[in-house]
Amino acid sequence: MPIHALIVDDSSVMRKIVERSLRQAGIDLAEVLHAGNGAEALAVLKENPVDLILCDINMPVMDGLEFIKQLPGVENAKGVPVVMITTEGSEAHVVQALSCGARGYIRKPFTPEQVKEHVIPVLAGKS
Amino acid sequence: MKSLSEMLAANGSHENWIPLIEMSAREVFELMLSCQLTVPATAEETTLNVTAMVGLAGQLCGVLSVRCDGKAAELMTSKMLGVPLDKVGPEVSDALGEIANMVAGNFKNKIAGLAEGCMLSPPTVITGSDYDLHSPADSAALEVRLLFEGMPIVISLLIRS
Repeated sequence: MPIHALIVDDSSVMRKIVERSLRQAGIDLAEVLHAGNGAEALAVLKENPVDLILCDINMPVMDGLEFIKQLPGVENAKGVPVVMITTEGSEAHVVQALSCGARGYIRKPFTPEQVKEHVIPVLAGKS
Repeated sequence: MKSLSEMLAANGSHENWIPLIEMSAREVFELMLSCQLTVPATAEETTLNVTAMVGLAGQLCGVLSVRCDGKAAELMTSKMLGVPLDKVGPEVSDALGEIANMVAGNFKNKIAGLAEGCMLSPPTVITGSDYDLHSPADSAALEVRLLFEGMPIVISLLIRS
Protein backbone atom coordinates (compact mmCIF):
# COMPACT_ATOMS: atom_id res chain seq x y z
CA MET A 1 0.00 0.00 0.00
CA PRO A 2 1.41 3.46 -0.86
CA ILE A 3 2.63 5.35 2.17
CA HIS A 4 2.51 8.99 3.28
CA ALA A 5 5.92 10.32 4.33
CA LEU A 6 7.02 13.50 6.09
CA ILE A 7 10.55 14.83 5.49
CA VAL A 8 11.85 17.39 7.99
CA ASP A 9 15.03 19.31 7.11
CA ASP A 10 15.87 23.01 6.95
CA SER A 11 17.46 22.49 3.52
CA SER A 12 14.95 22.18 0.69
CA VAL A 13 17.69 20.60 -1.43
CA MET A 14 18.21 17.90 1.18
CA ARG A 15 14.46 17.27 1.43
CA LYS A 16 14.35 16.72 -2.34
CA ILE A 17 17.35 14.37 -2.17
CA VAL A 18 15.76 12.33 0.61
CA GLU A 19 12.48 12.13 -1.33
CA ARG A 20 14.33 10.99 -4.44
CA SER A 21 16.21 8.40 -2.38
CA LEU A 22 12.92 7.00 -1.06
CA ARG A 23 11.62 6.67 -4.61
CA GLN A 24 14.90 5.07 -5.75
CA ALA A 25 14.57 2.64 -2.84
CA GLY A 26 11.36 1.43 -4.44
CA ILE A 27 9.14 2.71 -1.63
CA ASP A 28 5.62 3.29 -2.94
CA LEU A 29 4.82 6.89 -1.98
CA ALA A 30 1.26 8.18 -2.03
CA GLU A 31 2.31 11.60 -0.75
CA VAL A 32 5.48 13.27 0.52
CA LEU A 33 5.07 16.23 2.87
CA HIS A 34 7.92 18.63 3.64
CA ALA A 35 8.70 20.74 6.71
CA GLY A 36 11.65 23.07 7.40
CA ASN A 37 11.93 22.45 11.15
CA GLY A 38 10.33 20.59 14.02
CA ALA A 39 7.68 23.24 14.70
CA GLU A 40 6.56 23.23 11.06
CA ALA A 41 6.49 19.43 11.14
CA LEU A 42 4.22 19.41 14.20
CA ALA A 43 1.85 21.79 12.38
CA VAL A 44 1.85 19.51 9.32
CA LEU A 45 1.10 16.48 11.51
CA LYS A 46 -1.90 18.19 13.10
CA GLU A 47 -3.63 18.10 9.72
CA ASN A 48 -2.05 15.08 8.06
CA PRO A 49 -1.58 11.49 9.22
CA VAL A 50 1.66 9.95 7.94
CA ASP A 51 3.28 6.49 7.91
CA LEU A 52 6.95 7.50 8.07
CA ILE A 53 8.97 10.50 9.26
CA LEU A 54 12.53 11.27 8.16
CA CYS A 55 14.10 14.04 10.22
CA ASP A 56 17.31 16.07 10.44
CA ILE A 57 18.70 17.00 13.89
CA ASN A 58 20.27 20.47 13.50
CA MET A 59 17.46 22.81 12.48
CA PRO A 60 16.38 26.32 13.52
CA VAL A 61 13.29 27.03 15.65
CA MET A 62 12.89 23.42 16.83
CA ASP A 63 15.58 20.78 16.32
CA GLY A 64 14.96 17.16 15.44
CA LEU A 65 15.48 15.75 18.93
CA GLU A 66 12.99 18.18 20.51
CA PHE A 67 10.56 17.37 17.68
CA ILE A 68 10.60 13.61 18.26
CA LYS A 69 10.26 14.13 22.03
CA GLN A 70 6.93 15.86 21.31
CA LEU A 71 5.60 13.20 18.93
CA PRO A 72 3.92 10.96 21.58
CA GLY A 73 1.46 13.81 22.20
CA VAL A 74 0.53 14.11 18.52
CA GLU A 75 -2.43 11.95 17.51
CA ASN A 76 -1.36 11.61 13.85
CA ALA A 77 2.17 10.54 14.86
CA LYS A 78 1.38 7.78 17.36
CA GLY A 79 3.35 4.66 16.42
CA VAL A 80 4.81 6.33 13.32
CA PRO A 81 8.46 5.33 12.84
CA VAL A 82 11.05 8.13 12.73
CA VAL A 83 14.41 7.81 10.98
CA MET A 84 16.99 10.53 11.65
CA ILE A 85 19.12 11.75 8.71
CA THR A 86 21.89 14.02 9.94
CA THR A 87 25.53 15.09 9.78
CA GLU A 88 25.78 14.50 13.54
CA GLY A 89 27.52 11.14 13.57
CA SER A 90 28.66 10.49 17.13
CA GLU A 91 27.52 7.49 19.12
CA ALA A 92 26.20 9.91 21.73
CA HIS A 93 23.89 11.48 19.14
CA VAL A 94 22.72 8.06 17.94
CA VAL A 95 21.98 6.91 21.50
CA GLN A 96 20.20 10.17 22.27
CA ALA A 97 18.06 9.95 19.13
CA LEU A 98 17.13 6.32 19.75
CA SER A 99 16.31 7.05 23.38
CA CYS A 100 14.03 9.89 22.22
CA GLY A 101 12.10 7.44 20.06
CA ALA A 102 13.88 7.34 16.69
CA ARG A 103 13.87 3.92 15.03
CA GLY A 104 16.73 4.47 12.61
CA TYR A 105 19.75 6.72 12.07
CA ILE A 106 21.37 7.63 8.75
CA ARG A 107 24.53 9.75 8.61
CA LYS A 108 25.00 12.34 5.88
CA PRO A 109 26.52 11.90 3.36
CA PHE A 110 24.44 8.88 2.37
CA THR A 111 23.52 6.81 -0.67
CA PRO A 112 20.01 5.77 -1.78
CA GLU A 113 21.05 2.22 -0.86
CA GLN A 114 21.67 3.28 2.74
CA VAL A 115 18.26 4.93 2.88
CA LYS A 116 16.74 1.68 1.61
CA GLU A 117 18.68 -0.42 4.15
CA HIS A 118 17.44 1.68 7.05
CA VAL A 119 13.90 2.56 5.97
CA ILE A 120 12.58 -0.75 4.61
CA PRO A 121 13.07 -2.67 7.92
CA VAL A 122 11.57 0.23 9.87
CA LEU A 123 8.48 0.23 7.64
CA ALA A 124 8.26 -3.54 8.01
CA GLY A 125 8.36 -3.15 11.79
CA LYS A 126 11.62 -5.07 12.07
CA SER A 127 13.70 -2.33 13.64
CA MET B 1 40.46 6.65 14.16
CA LYS B 2 42.80 8.86 16.20
CA SER B 3 41.66 10.79 19.23
CA LEU B 4 41.49 14.56 19.21
CA SER B 5 44.29 14.86 21.79
CA GLU B 6 46.52 12.51 19.74
CA MET B 7 45.88 14.52 16.62
CA LEU B 8 46.62 17.79 18.38
CA ALA B 9 49.74 16.43 20.07
CA ALA B 10 51.11 14.94 16.87
CA ASN B 11 51.43 18.27 15.16
CA GLY B 12 50.60 21.60 16.68
CA SER B 13 49.97 23.12 13.27
CA HIS B 14 47.17 20.65 12.46
CA GLU B 15 48.77 19.85 9.09
CA ASN B 16 47.93 16.20 9.72
CA TRP B 17 44.25 17.10 9.33
CA ILE B 18 44.63 18.01 5.65
CA PRO B 19 44.22 14.39 4.41
CA LEU B 20 41.10 14.05 6.57
CA ILE B 21 39.61 17.20 5.07
CA GLU B 22 40.33 15.89 1.58
CA MET B 23 38.87 12.46 2.40
CA SER B 24 35.76 14.09 3.86
CA ALA B 25 35.21 16.12 0.70
CA ARG B 26 35.84 13.17 -1.58
CA GLU B 27 33.29 11.05 0.28
CA VAL B 28 30.62 13.75 0.11
CA PHE B 29 31.08 14.20 -3.64
CA GLU B 30 31.16 10.45 -4.31
CA LEU B 31 28.09 9.61 -2.24
CA MET B 32 25.89 12.65 -2.86
CA LEU B 33 26.96 13.77 -6.35
CA SER B 34 28.25 10.46 -7.76
CA CYS B 35 31.49 12.02 -8.96
CA GLN B 36 35.17 11.80 -8.17
CA LEU B 37 37.18 14.83 -7.21
CA THR B 38 40.63 14.98 -8.79
CA VAL B 39 43.88 16.68 -7.90
CA PRO B 40 44.89 19.64 -10.10
CA ALA B 41 48.21 19.32 -11.91
CA THR B 42 49.07 22.92 -11.10
CA ALA B 43 47.86 25.36 -8.46
CA GLU B 44 46.26 27.96 -10.72
CA GLU B 45 44.89 31.13 -9.18
CA THR B 46 41.29 31.53 -10.27
CA THR B 47 38.40 33.66 -9.11
CA LEU B 48 36.09 31.59 -6.94
CA ASN B 49 32.97 33.65 -6.37
CA VAL B 50 30.71 31.33 -4.37
CA THR B 51 31.70 30.56 -0.77
CA ALA B 52 29.80 28.32 1.64
CA MET B 53 30.90 28.48 5.28
CA VAL B 54 30.08 26.42 8.35
CA GLY B 55 31.22 27.45 11.81
CA LEU B 56 32.62 24.97 14.33
CA ALA B 57 32.32 25.55 18.06
CA GLY B 58 33.30 23.51 21.10
CA GLN B 59 36.47 21.44 21.36
CA LEU B 60 37.39 22.76 17.94
CA CYS B 61 36.53 26.34 17.01
CA GLY B 62 36.85 27.64 13.50
CA VAL B 63 35.30 27.96 10.07
CA LEU B 64 35.22 25.42 7.26
CA SER B 65 34.57 26.85 3.82
CA VAL B 66 34.00 25.44 0.36
CA ARG B 67 34.74 27.83 -2.51
CA CYS B 68 34.08 27.44 -6.21
CA ASP B 69 32.84 29.49 -9.15
CA GLY B 70 29.21 29.91 -10.12
CA LYS B 71 29.29 27.35 -12.94
CA ALA B 72 30.71 24.70 -10.62
CA ALA B 73 28.10 25.50 -7.96
CA GLU B 74 25.30 25.11 -10.53
CA LEU B 75 26.71 21.78 -11.74
CA MET B 76 27.01 20.55 -8.14
CA THR B 77 23.35 21.45 -7.59
CA SER B 78 22.34 19.69 -10.80
CA LYS B 79 24.15 16.52 -9.73
CA MET B 80 22.84 16.62 -6.17
CA LEU B 81 19.24 17.00 -7.28
CA GLY B 82 19.53 14.77 -10.35
CA VAL B 83 18.08 17.46 -12.61
CA PRO B 84 19.41 18.89 -15.90
CA LEU B 85 21.71 21.89 -15.57
CA ASP B 86 19.18 24.18 -17.25
CA LYS B 87 16.57 23.27 -14.62
CA VAL B 88 18.75 24.46 -11.72
CA GLY B 89 17.24 27.51 -10.04
CA PRO B 90 17.70 29.47 -6.85
CA GLU B 91 18.57 26.38 -4.81
CA VAL B 92 22.30 26.73 -5.67
CA SER B 93 23.16 28.43 -2.38
CA ASP B 94 21.22 25.86 -0.39
CA ALA B 95 23.02 23.03 -2.21
CA LEU B 96 26.51 24.46 -1.70
CA GLY B 97 25.69 25.16 1.95
CA GLU B 98 24.66 21.54 2.42
CA ILE B 99 27.90 20.38 0.79
CA ALA B 100 29.91 22.50 3.25
CA ASN B 101 27.78 21.20 6.11
CA MET B 102 28.36 17.57 5.12
CA VAL B 103 32.12 18.06 4.57
CA ALA B 104 32.41 19.68 8.01
CA GLY B 105 30.28 16.99 9.67
CA ASN B 106 32.11 14.18 7.91
CA PHE B 107 35.46 15.71 8.92
CA LYS B 108 34.60 15.99 12.61
CA ASN B 109 33.16 12.47 12.63
CA LYS B 110 36.61 11.16 11.61
CA ILE B 111 38.28 12.38 14.80
CA ALA B 112 37.37 10.58 18.02
CA GLY B 113 36.02 12.99 20.58
CA LEU B 114 35.26 15.70 18.06
CA ALA B 115 31.98 14.28 16.74
CA GLU B 116 30.20 14.92 20.02
CA GLY B 117 32.47 17.72 21.25
CA CYS B 118 32.03 20.11 18.36
CA MET B 119 28.84 21.74 17.09
CA LEU B 120 28.23 22.97 13.56
CA SER B 121 26.49 26.21 12.69
CA PRO B 122 23.94 26.43 9.89
CA PRO B 123 25.76 27.16 6.62
CA THR B 124 26.22 30.68 5.28
CA VAL B 125 26.74 31.27 1.57
CA ILE B 126 28.39 34.35 0.05
CA THR B 127 28.23 35.17 -3.64
CA GLY B 128 30.97 37.42 -4.97
CA SER B 129 34.72 37.48 -4.51
CA ASP B 130 35.48 41.01 -3.31
CA TYR B 131 35.37 40.49 0.43
CA ASP B 132 37.69 40.03 3.40
CA LEU B 133 36.97 37.29 5.92
CA HIS B 134 37.83 38.27 9.48
CA SER B 135 37.99 35.15 11.60
CA PRO B 136 39.35 34.65 15.11
CA ALA B 137 41.63 31.96 13.66
CA ASP B 138 45.15 32.09 15.04
CA SER B 139 46.90 29.93 12.45
CA ALA B 140 47.09 29.68 8.69
CA ALA B 141 44.17 27.96 6.97
CA LEU B 142 44.42 24.27 6.19
CA GLU B 143 43.62 24.24 2.51
CA VAL B 144 42.76 21.49 0.04
CA ARG B 145 42.59 22.31 -3.67
CA LEU B 146 40.74 19.85 -5.88
CA LEU B 147 38.96 19.72 -9.22
CA PHE B 148 35.25 19.04 -9.60
CA GLU B 149 34.52 18.07 -13.23
CA GLY B 150 37.67 19.99 -14.19
CA MET B 151 36.65 23.10 -12.24
CA PRO B 152 38.61 24.21 -9.15
CA ILE B 153 37.19 23.99 -5.67
CA VAL B 154 39.01 24.99 -2.49
CA ILE B 155 38.15 23.62 0.94
CA SER B 156 39.65 25.56 3.84
CA LEU B 157 39.62 25.11 7.58
CA LEU B 158 40.48 28.11 9.72
CA ILE B 159 41.15 27.09 13.33
CA ARG B 160 41.10 29.04 16.55
CA SER B 161 43.01 26.92 19.03
